[in-house]
Amino acid sequence: MIKSLDPRVTRENIEENNLIAPLTPMDNWETYEVFHQKKRGDQHMHVGIVHAPNPEMALLFGKEQYGRRSITANIWVVKTANVFASEYDDADMFETTPEKQYREAGGYKVMDKINKYKKANKA
Amino acid sequence: MYGNAYIDPNEKANAMIAGEDPIKLAEFEARIARGEKIEPKDWMPKEYRKQLIRMIEQHGHSEIIGALPEGTWITRAPGFRRKMALMAKVQDEVGHAQLLYSAAETLGKSREDMTNDLITGKSKYSNVFNYPAYTWADACIIAWLIDAGAIINQVANAKGSYGPYCRALDRICTEESFHLKYGHDNVVTLATGTPIQRQMVQEALTRWWPPIMHFFGPSDKISQHSEILMRWKVKMASNDDMRQQFLNMYVPKIWDLGLVLPDPNLKLNEETKKWDYTEPDWEEFKRVINGGGPCNAERLAVRRMAEERGRWVRKALYNATEKYVTPLA
Repeated sequence: MIKSLDPRVTRENIEENNLIAPLTPMDNWETYEVFHQKKRGDQHMHVGIVHAPNPEMALLFGKEQYGRRSITANIWVVKTANVFASEYDDADMFETTPEKQYREAGGYKVMDKINKYKKANKA
Repeated sequence: MYGNAYIDPNEKANAMIAGEDPIKLAEFEARIARGEKIEPKDWMPKEYRKQLIRMIEQHGHSEIIGALPEGTWITRAPGFRRKMALMAKVQDEVGHAQLLYSAAETLGKSREDMTNDLITGKSKYSNVFNYPAYTWADACIIAWLIDAGAIINQVANAKGSYGPYCRALDRICTEESFHLKYGHDNVVTLATGTPIQRQMVQEALTRWWPPIMHFFGPSDKISQHSEILMRWKVKMASNDDMRQQFLNMYVPKIWDLGLVLPDPNLKLNEETKKWDYTEPDWEEFKRVINGGGPCNAERLAVRRMAEERGRWVRKALYNATEKYVTPLA
């Protein structure tokens, strides 16, 4: 029997070699991805996962795990199995080329033209 | 809270990359050298995956087991505020274990397998938790100095290369800062209190100093720390460097309180600007980590009891139509 400094542990009468059956797959359920919104108006941000048997409990665990110590306005949970994600190996599809300046704010240099116009018309 | 991962010193460095695709390996190393993070589905050397699983899993186990010596003091903490604070701290530690297990899971080891390896004694956890917290002052010393050591390690590891581990550590470090302040406040209260309180905290400090010196793991002189693990940013600082950083930050704070450390050789060497100390007893460290400590048996027996008694609840909630999918990040 385990004799502990903590009387509550001693009172449990635990055998020292209390071997138990090993855990089997899904004993800890599947996972949900948790999205946390700090305050109204903010985006929901992915913060991590929880293991849960159903969405309601995923919300409960998500609240404890990710809302316990920080300001929280709202939480979403999504089954990991239901998330479709791009592959990092395909990251080149996000690359942009220099000739796409036409779709960047920095591609429009109006001040250059205005200054040139002003200079020309001052004379 | 947590402990340093125990890496087998007999591991041959060059055996670690045997059989890896040299082109993929070069791309992988170049990504790390550029300061980019590795994400779960990226190609990675087998040994990188193995070492990270071992390290993150051990870190998770340490949080779970570390909650036991502290949790024991919740009902006996002096005063309502300290009970509430300790309860919050212990809950944080268990939450940290969840975050760490989640990070390890992304590398392909299931949470069930991690728990199995803990309760059968196959996986290690931080050696310090194989020692008992005899008095309230022991719980205070743990909260201050063990958490301080943990923060040094975690802040270093948070700059590592594996994305999910870094994200978990960033979250953990934020919470640890409260633990550290709470522990310091408790130690200061005892050290500036009555003669009996001072004696109690001094005795706890004397008891905990050897485990604290063990905390960062074997000396670099005997622990052949792998160059590759440093290059892969799995290990971010050597054991001795972290120990020096800890001594630098905390010995002056301990001496400020007029407390005595049980090492006559402990002093700042003016020439090297490093701390001299008596070499910790690494045989004792090995003996305890391999099961010979005062609390090893109790810690695992309590963890098995919790697992077994909670099992029917988890089984009752289990839905046979669901399937496990490895988490994304």
